[in-house]
Amino acid sequence: MESRICRIFLNGAWPLTALLCLTSVAAAAAPAEQVVRPEIERRDIHEADIDTEDFEIGAFFGAMNVEDFGTNPVYGLRLTYHVTENLFAEAAYGHSNTSETSFERLSGSAKLLSGDDRKLDYLNLSVGYSLLPGEAFIGSRYAFSSDFYLIAGAGGTRFAGEDNFTWNFGFGYKLLLNDWLAIRLDARDHVFSLDLLGDSQTNHNLEFTGGVSMFF
Amino acid sequence: MNPALDRAWMLAVLLACLLVMAPPAHAGWWQGLFADREPLSVEVADPYIELHTGAGRGYPVFHVEERGAHIDILKRKTDWFKVRTARGKEGWVYRGQLERTLTPSGAQMHIAEATQKEFAFHRWEAGATGGDFEGADVMSIYGGYSLTPKFSVEVSLAKIFARFSSGESADVSLNIHPFPEWRFSPFFALGTGLIHSNPDTTLVQESDRTDQLAHVGLGLRVYLARRFIFRVQYKNYLIFQSTDDNQEINEWKAGFAVFF
Repeated sequence: MESRICRIFLNGAWPLTALLCLTSVAAAAAPAEQVVRPEIERRDIHEADIDTEDFEIGAFFGAMNVEDFGTNPVYGLRLTYHVTENLFAEAAYGHSNTSETSFERLSGSAKLLSGDDRKLDYLNLSVGYSLLPGEAFIGSRYAFSSDFYLIAGAGGTRFAGEDNFTWNFGFGYKLLLNDWLAIRLDARDHVFSLDLLGDSQTNHNLEFTGGVSMFF
Repeated sequence: MNPALDRAWMLAVLLACLLVMAPPAHAGWWQGLFADREPLSVEVADPYIELHTGAGRGYPVFHVEERGAHIDILKRKTDWFKVRTARGKEGWVYRGQLERTLTPSGAQMHIAEATQKEFAFHRWEAGATGGDFEGADVMSIYGGYSLTPKFSVEVSLAKIFARFSSGESADVSLNIHPFPEWRFSPFFALGTGLIHSNPDTTLVQESDRTDQLAHVGLGLRVYLARRFIFRVQYKNYLIFQSTDDNQEINEWKAGFAVFF
């Protein structure tokens, strides 16, 4: 009925019609007195109440080969942010003590590096892509989420008294023991150029590590 | 007054402003960091909801719950939610399906997805960029806080790798975004900071140095998708060297950021 009246007036003075419609709607929606009040308190849900576990923090240990300076233990920490189910960003810090070159050992006395210069530290930011997410089975009772990923990034390496811009790339495998605990295996190549003997030389330094990480 | 001290004061005031304007941390947020929270209960409103064995689209569906069933939301990983059914089955549900459930008050469950609208005005932004610093490689990380859609404050830390030396810089800048609602949104920057340079010890005999710097810059932020931003920027630095002759540096950088 109301809408029909509205339509009649539509072609004429429409502001007047709008006013008429408004008043009639307002009259219809007059508040009815609430007879029964609900006694239970309704707990509404906010997105922020859900526990989000997109961050992962972990420690790793393994072996790193530094070109000419031997293969030595390496250890470090990393922090990962999972942006989507496939894509993640990661910051990593690693430390290793390099050993003597063959030249230093054969010559006996000549030392290329001294003290702290022999220590290697790296810090990098990388982006990873989960290429083969899946499940791994142990017997017929247990299934674990797993993930094979590719990763690449850039950062800096402090070695031999120099800070060098470093590219890194590699791959890794992650096995989730439960929702928040994972074990990881990583293979990485760290590429930087070193000016140790005056001329710049590109070094490939391979690293293999295993680690444990927690989601939070 | 000493000009260096003046600049240090300016920095301190800027940092203090940043701290004051940051919202107070939620009390006890760290308690909930690792601990599981109390589950939230929702009612399935779609004909059915699918439970996957893992948090990803490829994981098989092993269970379905029908309309009217109540499920508990346990946690979230990216766009996937771990839920528990009334019979105790636990699995992962995609955001899109969970949005079609009802909360205890009967309202539709709402889970905000980052969109271009939020890109136009978001509080926090963090990212990493890399590029060229007058012939040297530079890498930096930055964090920003928007005071208004058109005005943000940024702190950035950079590492510079030159042929025979390296350096670190830290600076604070005020950014103006004249068109925050554009997908390709330009910005202007003005800031100040410190730069520390240390020559490679094996080659050059020179001591470390710390200088003040100021910069002006312009750049472009591009909204990619979800919460991703691509960013490219140019900055012109003026380094106030202790030897009195100022050094001018041109820097080009590009990188990616996320916003919250």
